[in-house]
Amino acid sequence: MSNTALAEKTSDPSHRETVESAVVRFAGDSGDGMQLTGGQFTLATAFAGNDLSTFPDFPAEIRAPAGTTFGVSSFQINFGSRVIKTAGDAFDMLIAMNPAALKVELHGLKQGGVIIADTGSFGERDLRKAGYDSNPLEDGSLDGYHLVALDISKLTMEAVKDTGLSKQEALRCKNMWTLGFVYWMYGRDRKPTADWLIAKFGKRPDVAAANVAAMDAGHTVAETMELPDGVHGFHVDAADIAPGTYRTVTGAEALAWGLAAGTHLADIKMVFASYPITPASQLLHSLSKMIDHNVVTFQAEDEIAAACAAIGASFGGSLGVTSSSGPGIALKTEAIGLAISTELPLIIVNSQRAGPSTGMPTKTEQSDLYQAVLGRNADSPLCVLAARAPADCFDVAIEAVRIAIKYMTPVFILTDGYIGNAAEPWNIPDINDYAKIPVNFRTDPEGFHPFLRDDDTLARVWAVPGTPGLEHRIGGIERDYDSGNISYDPDNHQKMTDTRFAKIEGIAKDIPAQGIEDGNTSGKLAVVGWGSTYGPISRAVANLRTQGLDVSHIHIRHLWPFPENLGGLLKEFEQVLVPEMNHGQLVNVLRAEYLVPAEGLNKVSGQPFKITEIEDAIRARLES
Amino acid sequence: MNVVTPPEKLTPKDFATDQEVRWCPGCGDYAILKGVQKTLADIGARPENTVFVSGIGCAARFPYYVKTYGFHTIHGRAPAFATGLKLANPDLDIWVVSGDGDALSIGGNHLFHLLRRNVDLQFLLFNNEIYGLTKGQYSPTSRQGTRSPSTPWGSLDNPASATVFAIGAGARFIARGIDSNQKHLPGVLARAHAHKGTSFVEIFQNCKVYNDGVFENFTGRDVASDRQIYVEHGKPLIFGKDGEKGLRLNTQTLSLEAVVIGDNGVSEADILVHDETNKMIATLLADMEPPAMPVALGVLYCAPGQSYDEEVTDLIRSHTPAEKPDFNKLLRAGRTWTVD
Repeated sequence: MSNTALAEKTSDPSHRETVESAVVRFAGDSGDGMQLTGGQFTLATAFAGNDLSTFPDFPAEIRAPAGTTFGVSSFQINFGSRVIKTAGDAFDMLIAMNPAALKVELHGLKQGGVIIADTGSFGERDLRKAGYDSNPLEDGSLDGYHLVALDISKLTMEAVKDTGLSKQEALRCKNMWTLGFVYWMYGRDRKPTADWLIAKFGKRPDVAAANVAAMDAGHTVAETMELPDGVHGFHVDAADIAPGTYRTVTGAEALAWGLAAGTHLADIKMVFASYPITPASQLLHSLSKMIDHNVVTFQAEDEIAAACAAIGASFGGSLGVTSSSGPGIALKTEAIGLAISTELPLIIVNSQRAGPSTGMPTKTEQSDLYQAVLGRNADSPLCVLAARAPADCFDVAIEAVRIAIKYMTPVFILTDGYIGNAAEPWNIPDINDYAKIPVNFRTDPEGFHPFLRDDDTLARVWAVPGTPGLEHRIGGIERDYDSGNISYDPDNHQKMTDTRFAKIEGIAKDIPAQGIEDGNTSGKLAVVGWGSTYGPISRAVANLRTQGLDVSHIHIRHLWPFPENLGGLLKEFEQVLVPEMNHGQLVNVLRAEYLVPAEGLNKVSGQPFKITEIEDAIRARLES
Repeated sequence: MNVVTPPEKLTPKDFATDQEVRWCPGCGDYAILKGVQKTLADIGARPENTVFVSGIGCAARFPYYVKTYGFHTIHGRAPAFATGLKLANPDLDIWVVSGDGDALSIGGNHLFHLLRRNVDLQFLLFNNEIYGLTKGQYSPTSRQGTRSPSTPWGSLDNPASATVFAIGAGARFIARGIDSNQKHLPGVLARAHAHKGTSFVEIFQNCKVYNDGVFENFTGRDVASDRQIYVEHGKPLIFGKDGEKGLRLNTQTLSLEAVVIGDNGVSEADILVHDETNKMIATLLADMEPPAMPVALGVLYCAPGQSYDEEVTDLIRSHTPAEKPDFNKLLRAGRTWTVD
């Protein structure tokens, strides 16, 4: 996808080749600090004015046995002078800190791509651990690539020898040495990272100095050494980015800020209750720091308690929010039914991961759509929203707060491990540009009963304990439509069930009509996505449209209820293709709802779609 | 249905709802309901500020019958719901009503964490040693050998002691009462209410239909005085029809002995004086079982400590700036850059 043209040799080593975009993957052992290195490269790249998207890909083990393939931790970044929509397909440069990293990641490197490898970590024992019979750096097996083989371990030791660090501590600086090297390759400024190192190791100035020295040494070596034939520095122009104040943001951060923004706009307290689970815990961590913004966090004893505490908080007049990943959401199911039944606002965040059961906790998937839309006992409708990208989480969270409060209903936010951990630049919005979210606590005892409804929205009144004259008793037992008292009356249950459905269906009138992301509103093929498939679908459709193919991209944020015009829109297309990182869920909901001949394109490898995979599927349908 | 301005002094009747009470005739829950309504009147509870929260089971119907705020949640989860409610509004006066199955079986985990956190609320465990609403299966407090529809040859597992569990979980207020003892129960409930933190009260409650008379071995008229001891802080632990019996601490075995004053040279001075702040005494009292020992009733343990909600409130206060913080600043904290 990038225009990096490494095959074109340049004779002038100081020449920097200008490329429109590049994909770099840092890979090493879990203990090599690759996520941190990638994070710093991301910041430096953002400061250079490029658009970017990242994909941290790490094992579930905190410290897997060193040097093993299953202990490899990687960080991928795609950056460029054009709009970047995904973390990139094949990469232009692979940094392999050990043989295991090379073994695991080589297949993703472009033919002719650059490999930067630490020969100091390619000893016989390291090779054996990674399952190599011979040293790939020497046996010719990498002939199709440009190999920069350096003894980074030794070079790092030399660079920091005057700092008095132990050998072990000194060796830990090799990620910064490598980062310095890659900084030179892409013309990045080292200062932000140097500042960051000094701040991070405030109490250990020797460690900070060693890391900075290592980074500088790596940079100098890249600048002065004679790079192998065909390897040279690159230049990436600044992207044409809208004016504004920016920061990089991960999905988990944007979601935390979005939820807090929602309760800020509603001017009520948020009680966030959750139980740690990968990859959802980051949300708890982020919100825990927002105690000065009317956010109370509660690490409950389990998933069920978290959901119940959130519901209790909503009964008390705060906005209860709970969060988990698929297995934890399963445990919350009964409680979600209680919130549906008692018609209280509640937000449930699901950071989806590969399943079923424990599955692959650190790997992404979007296989909980059925669980969110349908996965409860009895007829129990609620609202489901999905975020498409890290920054999008902010707006989706505010929308979830709006709907939960206005309609007195649980709202699911579906995000996933990829969105949660991935970062992108974010044009920070002004909170004052967002509409306030009205909260109408009932105070008037006149004519009050707890199941009084708003004529338009059918939302129940929100009457909170502490309000004189509104004392009432509610619970999970069916309530009488006209009094809120317990009722086993058959007609009443029919009426209440119908009302619960009508209330949720009515939300469709209060959300934006489904638009087209790219392409025409009718034609041969619509590619319909939701969630984190946005990036690859968007790029694939754009690429093929420039080649003249009649394809449009529709991306659904409001997954339940759907926008009112969605069915009509889909019927304007001869074919509908639904790429999903699951075995086919939205595709079946669309078929069931609208009787459209939608087809699935499914991937459950724990990795995001590659653009080419979607392009191939589109071509297969349009060019057959 | 709602009283806008409550009268100055509310009576027990003012805490009764218009809902028909649907427990079996003769159920001990009626007596407890009466005792609670009397307590609410006695302590001057404000209905608008009071919330009854329950899980599932016969006891869990309780909130529908008390004219305050009420929430009937799901099985075993009332403690979690109540914790969230307290975090939303720490000023609320919360009572959780539960049964032996709800509190110690499906909800055992939540009760444990409620007690260890010491959330400021009253937790009433109606113990009838049986599952009533599901029609008579044995419960985690049923004695070994209990015959029930699910244990036709008698239950095999050892029962749990609610009060010993509560001590182990870190409860700081533990008391006991009997449904039918209306003279005693409201006083215990008032003490529970006065305590800051989780007040755990076990109430022996007779299930007329599925476990009738299960507590007769210490509540029966003929045995009550010899098999019940009403403990009071600072007073000797004496019982018996004429106060002729008492509890003596055997310092060799670190256990309590039931002794008769005057027999074998036992004098009043040998009788242990109840100290409700002493966890060890509370543990020994909680562990006593008839017929060898009397059942301890009243406040077994009361050692106030900071409640979780108080600590949360303090933490929030210490982090709340004088001026409302600017949300835009939050979004812009850390590394940012500007594109012109």
